[in-house]
Amino acid sequence: MTTMAPEKSPLRTFLHNLVRSPWRVRDAALRGGMPTTDRTRSNFVFGNVFLHLHSVRTHRWSLRWSTTWGLGLAAMAAFLIALVSGVLLMFYYKPYPDVAYDSIKDIHFVVPTGRFIRNIHRWSANVMVVAVLLHMARAFYTAAYRKPREFNWLIGMGLLVVTLGLSFTGYLLPWDQLAYWAITIGANIAQSPREVTDAVGITQTFDPGGLQRELLLGSDIVGEESLIRFYVLHVILLPLALAALLAVHFWRIRKDGGMTRPSDADRRLAPRPDLYPVFTEDPQKTYQLAAIVKGTSPAVGRGPENTVPSMPHLFYAELGVLMITVLVCLALSMVSDAPLKELANPGVPENPAKAPWYFLGLQELVAYSAFMGGVGIPMIVVIGLGLIPFLDREEAGTGVWFGGPGGLRLVAGAAVFGLVSVLAIEAFAIRFGWLREWFPDIPQLVITAVNPGTLLAAIYAAYSLWIVKRHASARAGALALFTCFLCGFVVLTVIGTHFRGPNWTFYWSPADWPRH
Amino acid sequence: MTPTTAQPRSRLDPEPVARRDFLGIASLLSFVAAILFAGLGMLRLPKAAVLASPSKKFSVAIPESLPAGEAFVPSGRSVAVFRDQEGVYAVSLICTHLGCIVKPGQTGFECPCHGSQFAADGSVLRGPAPKALPWLRVTVRGSECVVDESAIIPAGTKVSA
Repeated sequence: MTTMAPEKSPLRTFLHNLVRSPWRVRDAALRGGMPTTDRTRSNFVFGNVFLHLHSVRTHRWSLRWSTTWGLGLAAMAAFLIALVSGVLLMFYYKPYPDVAYDSIKDIHFVVPTGRFIRNIHRWSANVMVVAVLLHMARAFYTAAYRKPREFNWLIGMGLLVVTLGLSFTGYLLPWDQLAYWAITIGANIAQSPREVTDAVGITQTFDPGGLQRELLLGSDIVGEESLIRFYVLHVILLPLALAALLAVHFWRIRKDGGMTRPSDADRRLAPRPDLYPVFTEDPQKTYQLAAIVKGTSPAVGRGPENTVPSMPHLFYAELGVLMITVLVCLALSMVSDAPLKELANPGVPENPAKAPWYFLGLQELVAYSAFMGGVGIPMIVVIGLGLIPFLDREEAGTGVWFGGPGGLRLVAGAAVFGLVSVLAIEAFAIRFGWLREWFPDIPQLVITAVNPGTLLAAIYAAYSLWIVKRHASARAGALALFTCFLCGFVVLTVIGTHFRGPNWTFYWSPADWPRH
Repeated sequence: MTPTTAQPRSRLDPEPVARRDFLGIASLLSFVAAILFAGLGMLRLPKAAVLASPSKKFSVAIPESLPAGEAFVPSGRSVAVFRDQEGVYAVSLICTHLGCIVKPGQTGFECPCHGSQFAADGSVLRGPAPKALPWLRVTVRGSECVVDESAIIPAGTKVSA
């Protein structure tokens, strides 16, 4: 496709150009034609606005499935699915009490493919929460939060909170009984600092709980003001916040040196297969970043050894994760419909009134003390998780699953300890009740301070401190504490989801619930 | 900004802030101050000045046939109204734990959400509720009585007609 010979007639040139134009549009879009060699592919990744998020070459350690299990990407894929399906739902959804319920009913029963899209939205949100939690566990167990990635761990905490916020705000929108009473309980949890201020007697002058509830609901009841607030948060503010945090999260992955890998990763990797040469041509890009970047940039001093071109190796892996996530969301949406109960009725609580499943662990704790279960312990958990990278300044075990002193043995021990303690405390409280049942006149502050939730937190903390001392390592303590936290989270969530029935009474199976 | 004066300044005689620099800095600072002022003021936006909720006061006619000590719940209200020998009284049905509506029973109140139980006078018997169900002010007006959900009165206050 070079310039046309001068003797050809202008009309022929015109025709020729017209015929060639589709290919030329493609070449113009791809900045230099289809990439066919490693070098042009690298250039392509480097020069493409969507792909340049990736580094041009990827270390082979990062491509092992067990390095990440693709969990972060799965979370992002689920977010994208939720984003697309959510925008589609917005065409029919109307954020006004009662009308909202009708519009969801329309989406569910009348709008073509509406039910399927609603199911996809609901399932992708659930997949996202699961993927975010597992991704956090992966980052923790491979010690990927360590220097220089501490800040990205904090960004990740922010993403976790925003993800849960998105789920919570989305829960109200159908305006059915489930939504209404879950949000009533949630809003009153926001108000629960009153449990302490009332007991001390300062609510008249200092009432952070009441302020929080009022800001959340825009009123003193769950009504139209609350619905529009939750809607705005759900469709604009929180997605924007999530997108901004995601951008920083991805950017920092690159700037902090890519995926964490052990210092001896190159030795541990199997020898590179000879099928694929490192460089088919001389590198075009030199690694002089001079004064732009502080410290050594990722590739400086290490050279491109043991890396493979991101295109296609990394992209195949990413496409695989995207496809699996889409498949899971679609399959779940085919099998299981999103629930829709009766229209919200402020006079009759749903019984049992349950929050989304990932909050049911907290709801189980809330059933002993609203403030500690709903505000105190979640805050302790978030602060504790955020502190991990600043307390663990060690280097042993970075990039290795369960890396650090104690390793898998310690994690297994902590899992047993964590499970036994949470089961014991719960079994005791379910069987024998708690302080109020024995001493009806006990001051509320005592119950706020001493309840199954705080007791469990204290036991876990004490156990972890003992581990810190025993192994003389903050990492060992963190491994123990995080494992205990996961066990507690799972057990409480299962109890709240499966074993609690009407009046929050314990039942072995939902089949035993009394009929009414 | 380099002022072009006829006589070059000495190094020992540092240049004061030039006039145009001063104007630039001053306008920038005033801009920042104005934005901060407006921004801080607008922080009040999410706190509603008027709460969009139905009136807390309502009047109710208690049925003549209501047995003493039995709860009467006016439709659409989360209040139980009672009448006995000593007079009329009203107890809020909003659970002090997390705001569910408690169910009045023979011996007291039960919350369906987290299992709190209250005695007939509203005090907590068991469960996570941190305090007793509040008693609400009742005023008797002829055959009807007016309940004010926003006025909490000491438990045990009964109004006779």
